[in-house]
Amino acid sequence: MSMLKLHYIVPGDDFTRAGEASGDVKHKLKKLGYNPTAIRRVAIAMYEGEINMVIHAGGGEAFVEVDPEKVEIVLVDKGPGIADVSKAMQEGWSTAPDNVRSLGFGAGMGLPNMKKYSDEMTIDSVVGEGTTLKMIIYAQSTKL
Amino acid sequence: MKVRDIIEILKAEVLVEGNLEEEVKTACGSDMMSDVLAFVKDQSVLLTGLMNPQVVRTAEMMDMHCVIFVRGKHPDDLVLNLAEMKDITVLATPYRMFTACGLLFRNGLEGGCDV
Repeated sequence: MSMLKLHYIVPGDDFTRAGEASGDVKHKLKKLGYNPTAIRRVAIAMYEGEINMVIHAGGGEAFVEVDPEKVEIVLVDKGPGIADVSKAMQEGWSTAPDNVRSLGFGAGMGLPNMKKYSDEMTIDSVVGEGTTLKMIIYAQSTKL
Repeated sequence: MKVRDIIEILKAEVLVEGNLEEEVKTACGSDMMSDVLAFVKDQSVLLTGLMNPQVVRTAEMMDMHCVIFVRGKHPDDLVLNLAEMKDITVLATPYRMFTACGLLFRNGLEGGCDV
C-alpha cells in the first residue's frame, strides 16, 4: 500500500536549487513519522542523484513512492548517459568539469554514496539517450 | 559540547541563530560536500570554506544543526535565508580551517571516524 507518491522536475539550469526535491521528500517523510535513519539515507541518496542530474544531464525528473516498508526513488534524465557504469561506481572517478569541483561536488563520490546509502540500486543508461536510476531504501534496514 | 561553546572557542560571529543549546558530538571539515555526505555521524557540525547554498542543503540532508564558515567568510543572503528556513545555525569564525578544527578537537570535539 502506497502512502505517498511524489513527482519532481529537477531544473538543470540552476545549481542553487539542486536539493529542493530531496529536502521536500525528507520533510514529508518526517511528517509521516518514518524511521529517522531511513529518512536520512533517502535524503542523502536522492540529493546526490539530484546533484548528478544537474551537473551531468541538464536536469531531469524524480519519482518517489513511499510505503510502510520502503521508499523507492526513480531518477530519470535525458542527459549524455554513462559510458562506463563500473568506472563511475569507483570512488574518486569523475567526469565532472573543474567548475563543478569549485561548487563542492565532482569528487567522484556521487554514485558510490548513492549505492552506500540505498539497499538496492540499479542504473539503466544509454549513451546519447539518458539514464534511469532506481534506488530502494527499506524502512527497517540495518545497513549503516 | 554545545553550539554555544563553539561560538566562544572559535570567536565566532552568529549569522543565523538556531538552537544554541544543541548538543554536538562530532565535527567534519571539508570543502567537498560529497566527502561530507560519505560519512554520516550523529549530531555533527560542518566546517567549510565553501560559500554556496549546497552547504546548507548538505547539512540539512545530514541532520546537522550548525554550519561554520572559516577564514571570516560571510555567505550571501541566499545561503543565510535557506539556513534560517531549515533552522540551521550559521557561524563565521576568523580562524582558518586547520586551526578551527584543531581548536574544537583540543576542546573535546572529535571527528568520529576511528580507524
